[in-house]
Amino acid sequence: MSTTSQNISFREASPMADFLRMERMPHIWCPGCGIGTVVNSFAEAVNKSGIDMDKLAVISGIGCTGRVAGYVNFDSIHATHGRAIPVATGLKLANPDMKVVVVSGDGDLTGIGGNHFIHAARRNMDMMVICVNNFTYGMTGGQLTPTTPQTANASTTPYGNYEYPFSLPFLADACGATYVARWTSLHARNITKSIREALNHKGFSFIEVIAPCTTLYQRRNRLGDGLDALEYYKEDAGVEKDVDTRDVGIDFQGDIAMGRFVKQDKPTYEDAVNERYANVLGDDYQLYGMSKPEREEKAKRKAEERAKVQATMDDEEAQMMAEDMGVDEEGL
Amino acid sequence: MRKTAADPKGVLEGAHFLDGDHAIAEGALAAGCRFFAGYPITPSTETAERFAERCPGVGGMFIQMEDEIASIAALVGGAWGGQKVMTVTSGPGLSLMMENLGLAVMTETPMVIADVQRAGPSTGLPTMPAQQDMMQIRWGSHGDYRIIALCPDSPQECFDLTVEAFNLSETYRVPVFIMADETVGHMHEKVVIPPAEDIEVVQRNWYEGPKKDYRPYQFTGKDVAPMVKAGDGYRFHLTGLTHDERGYPHLTVDQNEKVVTHLIEKIDSNADKIIQLDESEMEGAEVVVVSYGITSRIVSRAVQLAREAGIKTGSMRLITIWPFAEKRIEELSGKVKAIVVPEINYGQMVREVERSAAGRCRVVSVPHCGGAVHNPEVILDAIVEASK
Repeated sequence: MSTTSQNISFREASPMADFLRMERMPHIWCPGCGIGTVVNSFAEAVNKSGIDMDKLAVISGIGCTGRVAGYVNFDSIHATHGRAIPVATGLKLANPDMKVVVVSGDGDLTGIGGNHFIHAARRNMDMMVICVNNFTYGMTGGQLTPTTPQTANASTTPYGNYEYPFSLPFLADACGATYVARWTSLHARNITKSIREALNHKGFSFIEVIAPCTTLYQRRNRLGDGLDALEYYKEDAGVEKDVDTRDVGIDFQGDIAMGRFVKQDKPTYEDAVNERYANVLGDDYQLYGMSKPEREEKAKRKAEERAKVQATMDDEEAQMMAEDMGVDEEGL
Repeated sequence: MRKTAADPKGVLEGAHFLDGDHAIAEGALAAGCRFFAGYPITPSTETAERFAERCPGVGGMFIQMEDEIASIAALVGGAWGGQKVMTVTSGPGLSLMMENLGLAVMTETPMVIADVQRAGPSTGLPTMPAQQDMMQIRWGSHGDYRIIALCPDSPQECFDLTVEAFNLSETYRVPVFIMADETVGHMHEKVVIPPAEDIEVVQRNWYEGPKKDYRPYQFTGKDVAPMVKAGDGYRFHLTGLTHDERGYPHLTVDQNEKVVTHLIEKIDSNADKIIQLDESEMEGAEVVVVSYGITSRIVSRAVQLAREAGIKTGSMRLITIWPFAEKRIEELSGKVKAIVVPEINYGQMVREVERSAAGRCRVVSVPHCGGAVHNPEVILDAIVEASK
């Protein structure tokens, strides 16, 4: 059998074939990297949620995780470094029927893109942001990011990091995000579930996934390979319920608090715009994107749908708890 | 290219007393722009304010972003979300936009950026006019590319050229700049907004065909591919990386040559169609004054004085700055003694004139440091000197 025909059968046979641009495989990610896990979980979440894939756009910035937008089979934009969130903001506001998902790395979202991150959270912009946090700039060779724990070695802190890192759930919470969760790439089923919840959430949702960069962060810090990283997550990552996001910072190879830290209802940016204009301008104002009855009807329908999905997820969660399926039982 | 009349919803028909900044906002609304992302900066803010005030009445969306980087990034998303989009800024904000100007150029995303110029460098003279960004818009983002730039000399033209800018940006899938300045932006004059049926608007060229055959790009160097919008099931992909027709990264020298050549040629090969000039008394002129924007209005006085003094003086106003009218300048340079180029900078467009004249006539720069317009006498002196 020739290589070509093998490739074709692999592409056709993959359970991910609907979800990925198979013609772009193989991807660029290293063995042991955590990004693939997140993409898998995302695919499964989208699948299970049954949402219309035509109505979901994925936008990434630059870097290893920035390549996600190029591999997934949605309307997708691989934007400039740090700018995925404003590009997503523009797309969402110009086309309010879309669901927008930003998938990017810690350096991209909270270093160069930090300003956009805090303002999108502040506005409760209706989008999901998934941050694959591997504590390093992988694409450029293992430099310090705003999340690198103190003492960790990076190529630009060759004597160990002396900067104070961001704790991303705290940052997102403080800035107004209405859904905040953190998992590690070991906890794939929890990531899936969290993404499903976030897809069903109206407003700014933020999911941080702690993931290994085997080629740079792991190796430079003599932490072993991808499996060793998963061992670490298994040992030191645990679900914390009702925890204050101020207390979930991560020290070098220290404990990792996981879970859904924040979930609250608050009008989104678009809702707030419409509410304000309607209050001031009265009946003269046509709600953005559609007429008022249309909008009310749609809002009602959406709320019902969301409640239904949530109920299904609650059932599944109860079932999972009953079945005692490992880490997932401590889930959301 | 589908031309229609303007949507009457956005057209504030009638005679108004407006400043240039407000006229730009009205031009955008008339052209069908319904998405505006911006950040306040003097002397351009009034455009954003006008759009913010007007948008709830026309079904538009205005968002004040956290900075100019985010503003122009939002335009890329907004355009592919299906809207005609614009932002407005001035020097320091323009500098911040250079990064995503590159993304817009590379992804061939239509958008309009109004730059109401003020004097720099840096914070400079925020409330005073200049024409110092002419080269920044042309070369400011890294790599080789082309943009289109139009230069209004009055509030009326701010309206007219903004409509034109949208039409060009849809036709060529390219960012188009309105190069106003503080004086044009803040001067109030009569602005006549025609009825909607008299305003010609180029609608987006939407793709119609089988979904699987859609290609967001074609690298012909002449035409651009039709567009689609998010949510219609085409599953488009855009990247700032060098890409193929499907929009997928294709990182080879050959592909880069295809892409970059296309970005340049789609403008250069259509330059004759794009370029608009306003010429007067060119026949038999010894000296021609080439100017643009607010400076043209000072030039008209200087030219009048020169003609009264018996110097055969022609005047050429560049309405289109980029692509540059190099053919016309080349032609003129063989016929006249000298070309005089006053501009509110230390010599930017004069270099283009020199390049095009290629030594066939004298080219005289009349620079100004920025913060005010020229005194007509200074331009007159240059004309007199050049005629000798």
